[in-house]
Amino acid sequence: MTEEIFSKKLDRRTVIKTAALAGAAQIASPFVITARAADVVKIGLDNPLTGTFAAVGKNELIGCQLAVEQINAKGGILGRKVDLLVEDSTSGDAGTAVQKARKLIDRDKVNFLLGNVNSALALAMAQVSNEKGVFHVVPGGHTDAVTGATCHWNVFRVCNPTQTEANAVTPSLIKNMGKKWYYITPDYAFGHTLQAGLEKACAKAGGTKVGGDLTPLGTTDFSSYLIKAQAAKPDVIIMLPQGDDMINLMKQAVQFGLDKKIHLAGGQQELEALEGLPPEARIGTWVFEWYWNQPGVAHVADFVAAIKKKTGRVPTARTWFGFAATWSCKLAAENAKSLEAVKMAKAFQGFKLPPEIALMPDTAFYREGQNQLIPNLWVGNAQGKGSAGPDDLFHVTQVVKGADVSETLQETGCKMTWPA
Amino acid sequence: MTQLILFDTFNGLIVGAFYALMALGLSLIMNLSGVINFAHGGFLAIGGYLAFTLMPFVGFWGGLVLAPILTAAIGLVVERFLIRPLYGRDPLYSLLLTFGLAYIFEDGTRYIWGAQSLPYQIPTVLSSPLSSQFFFLTGYRLFMVVLVAVAVGALFFILKYTRLGVRIRAGTLDLETVSVLGVNVRILRNLNFGLGIYLAGLAGVLAAGMLGLQPTVGSSLIMPSFVAIIVGGLGSLPGTLLGGLLIGVASGLTTVFFPSATEAVMYIMMGLVLLVRPRGLLGEEGRF
Amino acid sequence: METLNRQTANIIVWLLLLAMPFWIKALGGYTELCTQVLVYALAAMALNFLLGFTGVLSFGHAAYFGLGAYGVAMTIKYLVASTPLALLVGIVVGTIAAAIIGWLIVNLRGVYFAMVTIAFGQVFYFITFRWNNVTGGDDGLTGWSRVPIDLGFTRIDILHNPTAFYYVVLAIFAVAVGIMAFLLRSPFGRTLLAIRENERRARFLGIPVERHIWLSFLISCLFVSLAGGLYALLNNFVDPRALRWDMSGNFVIIAVLGGMRSFWGPMIGAAIFVVLQDYVSSMTENWMSFLGLFFVLIVLFFPRGVLGILRRKSLS
Repeated sequence: MTEEIFSKKLDRRTVIKTAALAGAAQIASPFVITARAADVVKIGLDNPLTGTFAAVGKNELIGCQLAVEQINAKGGILGRKVDLLVEDSTSGDAGTAVQKARKLIDRDKVNFLLGNVNSALALAMAQVSNEKGVFHVVPGGHTDAVTGATCHWNVFRVCNPTQTEANAVTPSLIKNMGKKWYYITPDYAFGHTLQAGLEKACAKAGGTKVGGDLTPLGTTDFSSYLIKAQAAKPDVIIMLPQGDDMINLMKQAVQFGLDKKIHLAGGQQELEALEGLPPEARIGTWVFEWYWNQPGVAHVADFVAAIKKKTGRVPTARTWFGFAATWSCKLAAENAKSLEAVKMAKAFQGFKLPPEIALMPDTAFYREGQNQLIPNLWVGNAQGKGSAGPDDLFHVTQVVKGADVSETLQETGCKMTWPA
Repeated sequence: MTQLILFDTFNGLIVGAFYALMALGLSLIMNLSGVINFAHGGFLAIGGYLAFTLMPFVGFWGGLVLAPILTAAIGLVVERFLIRPLYGRDPLYSLLLTFGLAYIFEDGTRYIWGAQSLPYQIPTVLSSPLSSQFFFLTGYRLFMVVLVAVAVGALFFILKYTRLGVRIRAGTLDLETVSVLGVNVRILRNLNFGLGIYLAGLAGVLAAGMLGLQPTVGSSLIMPSFVAIIVGGLGSLPGTLLGGLLIGVASGLTTVFFPSATEAVMYIMMGLVLLVRPRGLLGEEGRF
Repeated sequence: METLNRQTANIIVWLLLLAMPFWIKALGGYTELCTQVLVYALAAMALNFLLGFTGVLSFGHAAYFGLGAYGVAMTIKYLVASTPLALLVGIVVGTIAAAIIGWLIVNLRGVYFAMVTIAFGQVFYFITFRWNNVTGGDDGLTGWSRVPIDLGFTRIDILHNPTAFYYVVLAIFAVAVGIMAFLLRSPFGRTLLAIRENERRARFLGIPVERHIWLSFLISCLFVSLAGGLYALLNNFVDPRALRWDMSGNFVIIAVLGGMRSFWGPMIGAAIFVVLQDYVSSMTENWMSFLGLFFVLIVLFFPRGVLGILRRKSLS
């Protein structure tokens, strides 16, 4: 008995000591790089944790963390343990994002680079990763160019290009709401391409554009834009801002009672934004890129439970982006049986995600020659309260097959050049 | 078209009233203590978040009363322990200090309440438009304007007729003499700072009803307030009020004609004012 | 004795800078970090020309920093692929803007000067932010990169060799710092000090105070826009945040941190600031709190900065 207590004491002291040492080592680590054991595979995540996109960035991080835990529990990548290195790219400071990407690649020697939520930062990071030849997965930056005009052999993307989203949602918008559209569009890469995509899809379906305004990122007061939009007498006001801007815009539009005169709708919508809205402002027809409530689809419930256990909340599309992106790293390496970027990228062309990663009814695959994941999309309506509990804020009316609404490879403008 | 212009003028006044509320607090602090309070936006966010947290217990109206007072209390503490040691030093230092505080407040609110926008609900009485033609005149926005008017009225009343107010005004003109006359300048500055922060807290509660409540809510509102102060005239509270209303209307009208200059127009106005009348529209002559 | 000390200090500083890419690796840094230190140091030293040696507080220097950056980026992207020419354009753009703004605000003082500089800084921020077609707006300006410098007899590949780029930046830094030191020692520099110490007396002595402050502002902005240009080259990228007021705040805190009464102060401030920010933001997502706390602590406890403290110690 005494012995036991004694040994326990000793144990605790040792533990404290070790912890202190480990802590000191960690604090010192950026300065004293003792080349972390070479048998570790490093995944570097360079994503926003502060600023406008902090909420969505955080959810992607959670998805990544869950994936890393699962991967390590299943023997890591090629038998080596996986380390996730996280850097805050900030929400809009591309200078910082680029520096952090360089730091991850040059100093930390990561095997994989992940990021970024912000389309512009994703493009800037892709330029760096391509220059250095590092396998790069973009979890959630939507602008078309990432796997379009400026696609790279080493850059893969999980979330959809804006054109795909536009094609998925347009038929429902035209059918439910009418043909005269007015756009309120955020003034950056993502907004421009999403609006262009919708205009194209809308014209194809016989609709017209009656006007539009570009609003800067971080706009707080949308009232004058709404006054203008209302004066143009459209059938629908298409609202494309994201995150906090979307919340400001929806909140104000509903307070103005515009939802009672004109349809309010848009392209991409996210659970994070709906959660930030008061119930009466959760309205409109939108497209979701992944939804947690998929009755009857295998493995989804397990994933939802795992995330709920971790955070107490349901996963969002962002959580899934992070999850799928991280798993893609393992799958790419093991498929190629190598950690060389070129080999992995070559072997990953056309790769089909297994259902426990894809978590959707149809097969999701990385399209050959474009490196773009072609998954399902969920079209439906936002709702104040759903049947499946307080987190069920989206009523799915149609699950669209990505292959049916994606542009052809020629249309995307992606011409991939491989290193010699 | 005329209707659009009319609408946007009205709407601009509403938005401007809000800018003015924030700018008045800033102006109050700057005039007496010479401190540019960069953390004003942070205090605004805290006001909003406190109201959100209090809502389940005291409701919207209770929050509207309590949250600004609590924010002001935080302001009093901050002034006492962080800003007071800096009086009499180069204004550079107080500026840097509040700049640092702004960082801490943004990060702190994110740490406590999360990065996710919070749904702040306003009473249904206020949340619908009053007429379908003037749809932008919602109960809430009108209520906001009335509240701003009341707050401004009360502020001017305090400054004009109460002892504290007279001392603040006197201190703004000549702090040394006021001090020599036996007024405790430390307490005066402390209360004045609290008053300014109270206005920030109030603006925060109002903003939360109109905008999404997230950690960066204040930082996007602080620059228009600076411009309002400069346009209206440094050192003049009525000027600040006027400045706020003017830039609200100007940016509203610009949206009609040239939407991409919506923010720039404020700064262009400021440049013009500085060029033609460097002391600002209502600024006193010879002070700056 | 003191001049000897000063010379030793100068030699040590330059030796450390010359060898930085080598010893920083031993400390876990990387070459780009060194270049970043230099760029921030140049910006802060240029700001300090105005702040520490003329006694005028500008809180909007990021505007000229950013203009320099955009000048460089847009020249390379749209006009000619030449690094030196781009830098020249960047400097000219930043300086012209400073000349006009300076002329508008030179009559203001203290807090009010600071406030107006902030507000004018925002004008340029919004121009770059909203003028999408030309500046790339919020996405920033991509699709260009620094161009190797052709000296006729040899070519310096600053694009692919970060160490070469570091030394090019160091050379430019040396020239800029040399000019500033020379100016400060000249009668003009002494007059600026006189204005800082007692503006009224300087005025009574017949010194055209406004013109001197304007000139000081101009010189300060010239070197800040040079720093901005180098910053753009360092990242192969610019975005509007290079012009925003938080960047201006960073420059001021760097100057104060190192010691704004000493010539080399901002350089030391830059080294500490850049390394600390790089380090803390990798350690924790709450880096903003640390940075803010850092500001507060410096202001409350170390207002004289590192060099100020050292100097005081050596005196006592």
